[in-house]
Amino acid sequence: MENKYAIEANALSIYYGSFMAVNNVDMLIEAQKITAIIGPSGCGKSTLLRAFNRMNDFVPGCHVTGELLMQGKNLYSKDIDPVEVRRKIGMVFQKPNPFPKSIYENIAWGARINGFKGNMDELVEQSLLGAALWDEVKDKLQDSAYALSGGQQQRLCIARTIAIQPEIILMDEPASALDPISTLRIEELMQELKKNYTIIIVTHNMQQAARVSDYTAMMMLDKEGSRSGTVIEFSETKRIFTNPKDKRTEDYVTGRFG
Amino acid sequence: MSINSHYPQAEDFRHALNARYRAASIWQALFLSALLIAIISLLALIYNVLDGAFGFVAFDYKNDPAAYTSTPMSELTQKELAAILKDNLSSGAYNKLEKEQPLEKRSQAELYTLFLERLVELDTKNTWSMTESLLHENEIRAEVARKYPTAKLEFRSWLTPQFLVTPMSSKAEFAGVRTAILGSLWLVGIAILFALPIGTGAAIYLQEYAPKNFLTSIIQTNINNLSGVPSIVYGMLGLAVFVRVMEPLTSGSVFGVTDANGRTVLSAGLTMGILVLPLIIINAQEAIKAVPDSLRQAAYGVGATRWQTVWHHVLPNALPGILTGTILSISRALGETAPLIVVGASTFISMDPDSPFSKFTALPIQIYQWTTRAQSEFHAIAAGAIVVLLILLLTLNATAILLRNRFQRRW
Repeated sequence: MENKYAIEANALSIYYGSFMAVNNVDMLIEAQKITAIIGPSGCGKSTLLRAFNRMNDFVPGCHVTGELLMQGKNLYSKDIDPVEVRRKIGMVFQKPNPFPKSIYENIAWGARINGFKGNMDELVEQSLLGAALWDEVKDKLQDSAYALSGGQQQRLCIARTIAIQPEIILMDEPASALDPISTLRIEELMQELKKNYTIIIVTHNMQQAARVSDYTAMMMLDKEGSRSGTVIEFSETKRIFTNPKDKRTEDYVTGRFG
Repeated sequence: MSINSHYPQAEDFRHALNARYRAASIWQALFLSALLIAIISLLALIYNVLDGAFGFVAFDYKNDPAAYTSTPMSELTQKELAAILKDNLSSGAYNKLEKEQPLEKRSQAELYTLFLERLVELDTKNTWSMTESLLHENEIRAEVARKYPTAKLEFRSWLTPQFLVTPMSSKAEFAGVRTAILGSLWLVGIAILFALPIGTGAAIYLQEYAPKNFLTSIIQTNINNLSGVPSIVYGMLGLAVFVRVMEPLTSGSVFGVTDANGRTVLSAGLTMGILVLPLIIINAQEAIKAVPDSLRQAAYGVGATRWQTVWHHVLPNALPGILTGTILSISRALGETAPLIVVGASTFISMDPDSPFSKFTALPIQIYQWTTRAQSEFHAIAAGAIVVLLILLLTLNATAILLRNRFQRRW
């Protein structure tokens, strides 16, 4: 039987040098579900998300303690190559960041460097279909990706990510730079994507978390005066928004915070 | 009292406003005059160079042209000139010329120069600058008639097509800059071939790989300071390392080149390469720094290694900036004189450089050498050579800028 959980954080803490940014997080992320991470600015949501595919490795002085398990293997153990982690755990960033290349190349490049041997045209079409972008760009695949609108660029970034067939897709506020219509399209797309992928999304928009996610993790600075964030509550989205256990979660989701 | 009452009202406000406008217009006038000073300096530079490159020249023939031909000199054809040279040169001199290139294959202009140089022996008496020539023509004519009764006066440009393709000569009238142009091109070529890959490589390492620690910050500071080290110091380095220590290599003796020493265009090119290295590294670093991090993250996010990210994304996007550094380096290498003197550029050489192991001269060396001569005609050809140097500089820079614009096309 396949593992019910796609990824599992055990007592995960993240440090920048000696400063602890994220404190002691335990999370079981269910496969083929959407998990949202919400919380106020500066509480370490993005840091936590970036820890999942070792994107923080590029930040000088950043290191973690605890475990991050994927299929029983600790992603931070010595014998795991971070490139392999990112091959399995893709990422969509806050600001659309297509490559300054053609639409086609944006998708083909990732596939090519990962040694894809199949039919490239087919892969590009499948990926664009998967990101609900195919109909809009099928006649201008050789045009610059920069000629697309912000929402289209973001869907191109999603297409680029699913082209390499990861198991998990991390999304760091993927709709925060987009207008409401583009945002809606991304949200609809996420519902499609979760049939095949596990999605973890960081969002500032609580309605968005409530609309799209199955599970929600509430992050907050762990105590007054501290600057380390931690997950104070993690459960089904419905429960977080209707019947939270923690008073701070309730204040936050009902807009009574601060 | 309301806060607004502390602000000047109506008339007062208008007065204050006028004062603000006055201050603004004073500054504007200052900036404009700064610009004008810069433009005037540039125009003065160009004028000064051109002034020397054109003007009257008084010259005489040691041997009467009529002794060789009855045709007026200006109407001599290529065939006639070849015949005159054949009849009048000593057989030794004629055979030597024939061996270099058969006379009938040489152009009329070339044969005419030989005719003037070898037979009638043109002798320049005096030269005048363009301004003098234009403003004081009558005085000049009177002076020539008085001082050199047999001399002819002619307005000439010292910068002729012939000047570009003629090698060095001990007589200014017959000297050209071909050897120097080729020397300069070899020099710049070797310098860029050496410094561009090494400089870019160093910049990539420093920017993308090196950890940020005490050691790298020391290295960084040193690179920044190296770009300000006087060029003569690089000349000393080149002399010690390339000319002396690496002599077997730079003289080409390990490759079977005989009768050579280390004072070759290769040694000089490598010295120039070292000289421009900091410039290339700093510019490449700036260009690499300017590549947005989001692009690197995008590449890492689809599972790229660091090298793939650098090679496919960082470097192509940094290329325009790297080429900017190259443009600056070309200008620097083309204009530097001091290190070349130290490394041992030849001041008199008429053989074209044809390999990295050739002896060489370069345009700035040639210009320097000519300006130190006493005879005024050498100053005139120095001015001509300066124009050539500036045009060469502009051409090389324009090429690099065109290349840069080509790469600047996004995606």
